[in-house]
This record gives sequence, structure tokens and C-alpha cells, in this order.
Amino acid sequence: MKNIRVIPRLDIKGPNVVKPVHTEALRVVGNPKELAKRYYEEGADELIYLDIVASLYQRNLDFDLLKSVTENIFIPVTVGGGIRTIHDINNALRSGADKVAINTYAVRRPKFLSEASREFGSQCVVLYIEAKKQKDGSYEAYTDGGREHSGIDAVEWARRAIDLGVGEILVTSVDRDGTRRGYDLDLIKRISAFSPVPVIAHGGAGDLEFLDKVIMDGKADAVSASSIFHYGDFKIGDVKNYLKAKNINVRT
Amino acid sequence: MSEPKITIIDYGVGNLHSLKRAFKFFDVDAAISEDADEILNSDAVVLPGVGSFEAGMRGLKIRGLADAVKTFAASGKPVLGICLGAQILLSEGHEFGVFEGLDVIPGKVVRFPELAGGEKIPHVGWNKVRSPGGDAWNKDFYFVHSYILKPDKNEHIFGRTTYGGQEFCSVVKKDNIYGTQFHPEKSGGAGLEVIKNFIKTT
Repeated sequence: MKNIRVIPRLDIKGPNVVKPVHTEALRVVGNPKELAKRYYEEGADELIYLDIVASLYQRNLDFDLLKSVTENIFIPVTVGGGIRTIHDINNALRSGADKVAINTYAVRRPKFLSEASREFGSQCVVLYIEAKKQKDGSYEAYTDGGREHSGIDAVEWARRAIDLGVGEILVTSVDRDGTRRGYDLDLIKRISAFSPVPVIAHGGAGDLEFLDKVIMDGKADAVSASSIFHYGDFKIGDVKNYLKAKNINVRT
Repeated sequence: MSEPKITIIDYGVGNLHSLKRAFKFFDVDAAISEDADEILNSDAVVLPGVGSFEAGMRGLKIRGLADAVKTFAASGKPVLGICLGAQILLSEGHEFGVFEGLDVIPGKVVRFPELAGGEKIPHVGWNKVRSPGGDAWNKDFYFVHSYILKPDKNEHIFGRTTYGGQEFCSVVKKDNIYGTQFHPEKSGGAGLEVIKNFIKTT
């Protein structure tokens, strides 16, 4: 079995790392530079860095801040928030990103995904899905930081984005985000069932067994979490040791 | 000893900034250049790159750099190819057709075969290298690729890695020339060690 990646996620608003609950109700939890450094030194496999209000306010993320945060971080960093042009992606890459996560502008103009992957390669383009469970059991994709309906089925959207050339899919459950009640296994499973590209699960990490479940039952290729790391419930090493004890391969 | 002049070759593919930062971590101010003379006057060069084999070779050729890289490599000074930059050191690439490489190390670049366990391709993430090159090489590094290095001669295989039951060549080496399929600049402390040792060879 291959190594499962453990990826802390920094939700950025202004100069701070914040922690949303259900992608809203933000609380400031720390300084992005300090947290990124801490997670890098603790052995994180990658980092996710998302400006969670950029799309909503129709502006770009703060590239100078990104540059200072990634300066001495030598692991892959996926950056998202308001990315809407090839120029934005270039700016992100020049400021320390290795991949970009795109949600809102991909929903508005799906062809942007194929343009971006042609220009920078599939490995650089991550589809970011914010999914919310509907009454009929299906999942709808949301945009603008989990605020706006798209009317698009999240699972079908993942399928289409793969055809358009994305290299990874980051799936956040809006319902579980910040709740520490467990990942939405059904959501993750529905997408990883057919995805030929890696699926990163986010939203709901709390007890360590939730991570084990989303890997074994949800078939996630990577697990992302924020609250459990920001609030110090666990260090990256705790998560990796636990997964190793469950016979899941991780880099140590 | 004065600081070595290390040049990162800019041929239009990939993100060179994180690589530059990795050298800076060791107080080496690596130049980013697409100028043949500057490349030839360096103490060491790095050939980075992300993307397809054909795009990589095209990027070198339209800048008139293919010959410069070959000449530099033949000079005995150190060369480090990373990912696509390692692949184009070989003779030919079989990605979207068959394309000529720099032919600095004889061999081919071919697609990952179907994997027995149905593992996903591209191979994305951290994996172990097994190398005769000592502790610094026998570590976990970060990979992202769909194609693999196949040197013609076993003596040019300097590292091996296994993914989905398939063993592939993850490091090539011929004299002064190194090529890593993984990204040292993205592989934490283990990757920085590879960069540090490369600086030391200058």
C-alpha cells in the first residue's frame, strides 16, 4: 500500500489563520507563518493554504503574505482563494505555491480547469469541492466559502473536472467542517469510488479513528485536518503513529 | 572558498522559485537563467521542470539551450536534473509520441505500466529510495509523475523505488550528472540534504 498523506490546512482571513465551523463562524486561531513552520517541522506531508474570503469579496489572496509563509517550507503547498485567471496561478506559483485549489471560478467557468491544467500540468490543478448534503441524500457543490448554492451535483462535478484535467480533488464537507464529528464517509466514498486522481478528504477530523475510517472505508488518498492541529489536540506525529499502528503506511 | 555559481535553467516549464529558495537555505544565491553563456560559465547547473517530455525539449530548443546543457554536462561539472529535468537527460521520451531527449544518459522515459493493485497514476506523494549512495539517499522523497526513467545501463541506476508493486529507477547518475525523479526541493529535510550535497560537489 502506498503512503497516505497527512495534510494540515490553514484557512486564512486577513493576516490570520482562522477556523471556520460549517465553513463560517470564524475564530482566529493563530499566525500563518508560525503554524506553517510548526507543521512543516512536525512532519506534515504537504500544506493546504486557503484564503477563505477572497472569492466572496472578489479579490485576490495576499501573495506577499503567502510568500512569507512559504519561505522556509520545503514540502508541497496547495493554495486557493479567489484564483480566477492564469495570471493568478502564476502569481501563486511565484509566491511559493506548488498547486492551486480552484472552486468558485471553476464552477462559473469549468473550462478554466482545462486551460489551467494545459498551461501548468494536471499535477498543479486541484479541484476544491465544498459539498453539502441535500434532503434527497445527494450532495450539492457550494461556492464562495460554502455560502452560495451552485445547483451542481458535487459527485458529477468531480467526474467532469477529472475529464477537464484536474490532478487532485480536495473534498470538504460543509456539514462536518469544524465539528470534529467525523468525515462524511459517504461523500468521500462516492467520489473516490471512480476517481483516477487522488482524493483529499477534509471536514470533521476529531477522534483519530475518524482518520482511519476515511482512509479505509472512504478510500481517501490523503487526509486533511485543521482544528485538531490548530487547537493542539494532536501533533502530526500523533496522527502518523496512530495510522501506522492501524497498518496504514505513512511517511515518518 | 567563494560561493559556487549555480544556475537554475529556466526553459519555461515549472516553478523555479521553490528551488531557488532551497539553495538560499544554504546561503547559495542560485541564478535563474535562460542564457546559454551564463549556463556554460556556471560551476553547476540544475535542470528543473514539470510537464511533458515534448514540452520540455521544445522549451530548451526554442531558447537554444539543448546544446549548452549537453556541452556543460560533458565538461565534468555537476548537473542535477529534477523530475522532467531528469527525464530529458535520457535519449528519448515516449509521452504523446516518441521524442528525442538530450541523450546525456542512454535510456528511455516510458509510462508507468498498469499496476497490479490498481494504484493510481500519477504516483503522487512520498516514497522510499533505495540507493548505493549512502544514508542521504535512502530516505522518503516527494514524487509526482506518470512516466518513469529507464536507463539502458544498470550502472546508471543510482536509486530504486517501488510503487504499486512496480520497481522503477528513481535516481540516475552518470559521473557528474544526477537526475532525481522526485523533487528534492519539496522533500523536507531529506530533500534539503540532497541539495546540500549537490552544492558540496561544486
